[in-house]
Amino acid sequence: MTTDDGRAAAREPHPAARWLRLAPLVAGAVLFLFPFYYMVSGSLQTRQDTSLNGVLPHPGNLTLHNYREIGTALNLGRTLVNSGIFTGGVLLATVVFGVLAGYALAQLRFRGRGVLFATMLLLQTIPFQLLIVPLYVLIVRSYGLGDSYLGMIAPFAINSTAVFVFRQYFLQIPAELFDAARIDGASEFRILRSVAIPLVRPALLTAMLLTFIGPWNEFLWPFLVTKQEQMQPLAVALASYISTVAAAATNPIGAILAGACVLAAPAVALFVAFQRHFVSTDLGSGVKG
Amino acid sequence: MTTTVTPAARPATGHTPGSRPRRAVRLSRAVLGRQPIGLLFGAPYALFVAVLFAYPLGLAVWMSFRRYYFTAPGVEVARPFVGLDNYRAVLTDPAVRRSFVNIGLFLVINVPLTVVLALLLATALNAAIPFRSFFRVSYYVPYVTASVAMVGVWLSLFGSGGLVNRLLGSLAPDPSWLINAHWAMPSIALFVTWKQLGFFILLYLAALQNVHKELYEAAEMDGANRWQSFRAVTVPGVRPATTLVTILAIITGANLFTEPYLLTGGGGPNGASASPVLIMYQRGIEQNHPDVASAIGVILVLGVLVVAAVQRLVERD
Repeated sequence: MTTDDGRAAAREPHPAARWLRLAPLVAGAVLFLFPFYYMVSGSLQTRQDTSLNGVLPHPGNLTLHNYREIGTALNLGRTLVNSGIFTGGVLLATVVFGVLAGYALAQLRFRGRGVLFATMLLLQTIPFQLLIVPLYVLIVRSYGLGDSYLGMIAPFAINSTAVFVFRQYFLQIPAELFDAARIDGASEFRILRSVAIPLVRPALLTAMLLTFIGPWNEFLWPFLVTKQEQMQPLAVALASYISTVAAAATNPIGAILAGACVLAAPAVALFVAFQRHFVSTDLGSGVKG
Repeated sequence: MTTTVTPAARPATGHTPGSRPRRAVRLSRAVLGRQPIGLLFGAPYALFVAVLFAYPLGLAVWMSFRRYYFTAPGVEVARPFVGLDNYRAVLTDPAVRRSFVNIGLFLVINVPLTVVLALLLATALNAAIPFRSFFRVSYYVPYVTASVAMVGVWLSLFGSGGLVNRLLGSLAPDPSWLINAHWAMPSIALFVTWKQLGFFILLYLAALQNVHKELYEAAEMDGANRWQSFRAVTVPGVRPATTLVTILAIITGANLFTEPYLLTGGGGPNGASASPVLIMYQRGIEQNHPDVASAIGVILVLGVLVVAAVQRLVERD
């Protein structure tokens, strides 16, 4: 946790000075949040109003039409299902195999552990985009997995950052706990399930939040893998709408913004709901090594 | 942070002694380690890394030295070794050169801006202030939101008749930001800085917890004002984080694709905002030259490594 008793507090005699210090933070927050406000308000406008006056909502100019427009143009339901399957597959594989690997890396001594750990660290520094051409060759051309969920999920299946976070949390559990269970004759799998996992629930949540935004927001890879519209996740469908179709709509920007709201809502809602858990130390442990 | 438990502190594994011939146990331990089940637990991840990371990485390097093009499935064609031909093709291609210059411009704007803003905002956020969670959430919300969604908003804000130009009036650039050869790349750099800043603020917040309070007290006793103690204590105190932030920002820059593809309509105008990954996509997948695209990828990674190494050296001094 970030400490709530700020170190500057003792030196802050004047309340006015305190509020003055808030000024840059407030300015920053406005800069960060305004585009979101503009996204929502723009998605509800009948006619796009780009004037300063249009920033405020006007009852006469409000509509849900843009959502209907984008809903039919993209087959919104279908693309949401595709996004859900893509993201769900990655989450499932990361939780199952990532927890196993994280536990092994933290608490078990076996040959090759050092190599696996070093590779995991290396993985975080290679730009994924470098791999798109060979991955495309392998997955789409050689294995014929184009337009399939498996092909979409495979390169993201186990999130290495999540494995790292799991490992860091499992390391914090005292080894004596496991030894006690081992002496009682529990198998390693049993120990993991009944002792280790219940103790690291918060880590599971943090890692799953981190993992969620990867596939949900990803554009390039599913864009390469899916040629059929029926298979496209929302991010891909919306992107192709932005680059080609939008011009045909009555209020193209309104429709784009409506799609953007639908795409942004799940990630934003999850992070606001669980923001308590998404604190700096979890990430810090994930990168400090 | 990588604390390892000393092996001496751990008793024997779950196997009850004597359930197997002792020598076999000792042998398996010598070969497989104390808890061979770890191999089983780690196997799926190891397999994932081998098949979907190590092998493609090797394939990329291999392809960059061969003549390689896509064929119908099942058709075997020769992939002759062509030496450095692909690299020569890449380095003499004006579009590729342009994209590397573009990414250089991107980094020159993005990296310093990211480091300075993230550190300042993290420091402000680290003090005792009201509405902390609100500020924290508002800073990382762009980071968790899809680029594709945010691009839609920026297209509307920075379009020819968009809100930004309305506010600027006659000061607005003509042609507008995203279709202006001078402004397209800086616009992308600003967009990415804005989008990623929250993540880097979190990294700095974590680093700030490790700066000793006594140092601030000592600085105060020496009569340092807030700015002086920021310079003398905070900045050196978070130096490792600064290195990390810089390297991650460079990697993010090297990965740039969605923004030039969507925000500036495929790296426009006239390639002024094309990124190397965008060119990789065009050459490799649209134009069926995966060998040339792989060479771009290899150069890109080498470039990242060199920049990161130089950056580390500079920081050491």
